[in-house]
Amino acid sequence: MKVTVYPAKCVGSGQCVGIAPEVFDQREEDSTVVLLQESPGADLAAVTIEAADVCPAMAIMVEA
Amino acid sequence: MSAPSYPMRRGGPFDPPPQLAAVQSGDRLIRVTLWDGSNPWLITGYDEVRAILSDERVSVDSDLPGYPHMSAGSAARRRRAKMFVNMDKSEHRRVRSLVTPDFLVKRMERLRPQMQRALDGFIDDMLAGPNPADLVEAIALPLPSFAICELLGVPYSERELFHGLSKTIISGRTPPVEAVAALETMLDFMAGLVDAKEKDPGDDMISRLVVQQLRPGTLAREDLVNTAQLMLLGGHETTANMIALGTLALLQHPGVLAEVRASDDPKLIANTVEELLRWLSILHQGRRRIALADIEIGGTVIRAGEGIVVATDIANRDPAAFPDPDTLDIHRKARHQVGFGFGVHQCVGQPLARMELQVVYSTLYRRIPTLALAVGLDDIEFKHDNVVYGVSELPVTW
Repeated sequence: MKVTVYPAKCVGSGQCVGIAPEVFDQREEDSTVVLLQESPGADLAAVTIEAADVCPAMAIMVEA
Repeated sequence: MSAPSYPMRRGGPFDPPPQLAAVQSGDRLIRVTLWDGSNPWLITGYDEVRAILSDERVSVDSDLPGYPHMSAGSAARRRRAKMFVNMDKSEHRRVRSLVTPDFLVKRMERLRPQMQRALDGFIDDMLAGPNPADLVEAIALPLPSFAICELLGVPYSERELFHGLSKTIISGRTPPVEAVAALETMLDFMAGLVDAKEKDPGDDMISRLVVQQLRPGTLAREDLVNTAQLMLLGGHETTANMIALGTLALLQHPGVLAEVRASDDPKLIANTVEELLRWLSILHQGRRRIALADIEIGGTVIRAGEGIVVATDIANRDPAAFPDPDTLDIHRKARHQVGFGFGVHQCVGQPLARMELQVVYSTLYRRIPTLALAVGLDDIEFKHDNVVYGVSELPVTW
C-alpha cells in the first residue's frame, strides 16, 4: 500500500488523525496533514483506507 | 411536477421526515419550494450529497442571487455579516485556516482532562440540586459553553447573554429585524472582547489572532470579530443539542444505553458518538449551496445560478451507505456519516465536538446509573423549526 497526501487541498478537519494516528498527523501551525508512514503495514490498511474515504477535502490517496 | 415545501416535518422525534425518505427511494433529485417561493434542487442520496458538497463548481456564497436562504432572518443576517462559511475558495481557505490550529486533534486530547473535570463538576452540582432537573440547563448547555469559552477566551460568566442571543439568532421564526439586532449585539460583544484582548492578550484563540493577525494587519478587525462570533455560536449550540437529544435517544433504547454504560472501550464510545451524529443529524434543514456552472447529477442537469439544498440528514439514512439505516446500532461502521457536512466546509470544530461528546457519553450514565426521563416522551418539546434540532428542555430524575 502506498499513501500520498496533498496538504494544499487539506482543510484541517482532523478526520485522518482521529482514525489513523499511526499514519497521519497535523502540522501545529495550520492543521494540515502530515504523512507519518508512506507504506503502512497490513495491520493499518483498513484504517488508512477509511481515513482516505472520509477525508472531506479528498487530500489523501491510497494505492494498493 | 409540483415542488413540495421544504423543510419538511419530521415523522417522529428522532427520524428525518418520511417525505424525504420517499424522495430518496424515488426520484432522489427533485425541486422544492422554500419560504420565499424559490425552487432550488434537493439532493437526498448519500453519494450525490458527497459529490455536490465536494464539487468546485458549487458555491456557498450567500450574496449570489438564487442562493437558497434558510429563512428571512437568516438572509438578513448574512447580508449584515459574512462569515467564512459563506466564502469560497482562497478567501474561505485564508480565514478558515486561521482557526483550524485551535481544533488540532492532539490539542483536543490535551484539553480532555479539563473537560472531564468540568463535566464532573456540572454533574456534582446537578446531583446536589433539586430532583428532577433539566439536563439541558444542568449539563448539555454548560459543558460546550464552558469549552468554547475556554478555547476562545470568552468569560464563561457572560453565558446568559450569548445563550439568549444564540436562541434568537438560530430560530427560523425570528423576524429579520430581530435576527439582525441579536447578531449586532453579539458582534458588539465580540468587538468589545477583541478590544480587551488587544490591551491585555491572554492564552486563547482571540488573543492569538489579535497578536498574530490583527496587529500585523493580515486580518481585518471585522473578519476577526465575525469569525469569533461564529465560533462562539457554532461551538455551543450544536454540541449542546447532541448531548441532550443523544441522551434522550439512549434513554429510549435501554439495551444500547446499558451497553454504553458498561463499556470501558474508548473505541465503542467513539463509535457511539459517530452513530448518534448519523442517526440524529441535528442540522436538519439542509446545507445550502448554489451552482456556478451546469452540473449533471444522476441524469439531471442543475443549471448555473440555481440553488441547491443538500439534505445531509436523509443522506445519513441512505441504505446504500448504511445498511438498515433507521436502526440505532453503535457497532456499525458510521465514521463516514455526513452530520458534519462534507467537502472543504466540513465542520471546523468537529474534533472538539467529538471529544466533548465522548467525555459526556462515557461519564454521564455511569455517574448517574438511575438516570431516567421525569416526564413522558409526549411532554417533551422538540425544536422542529430551528436550524439546529434538539429538545428545549430535558426533565430527568435519578
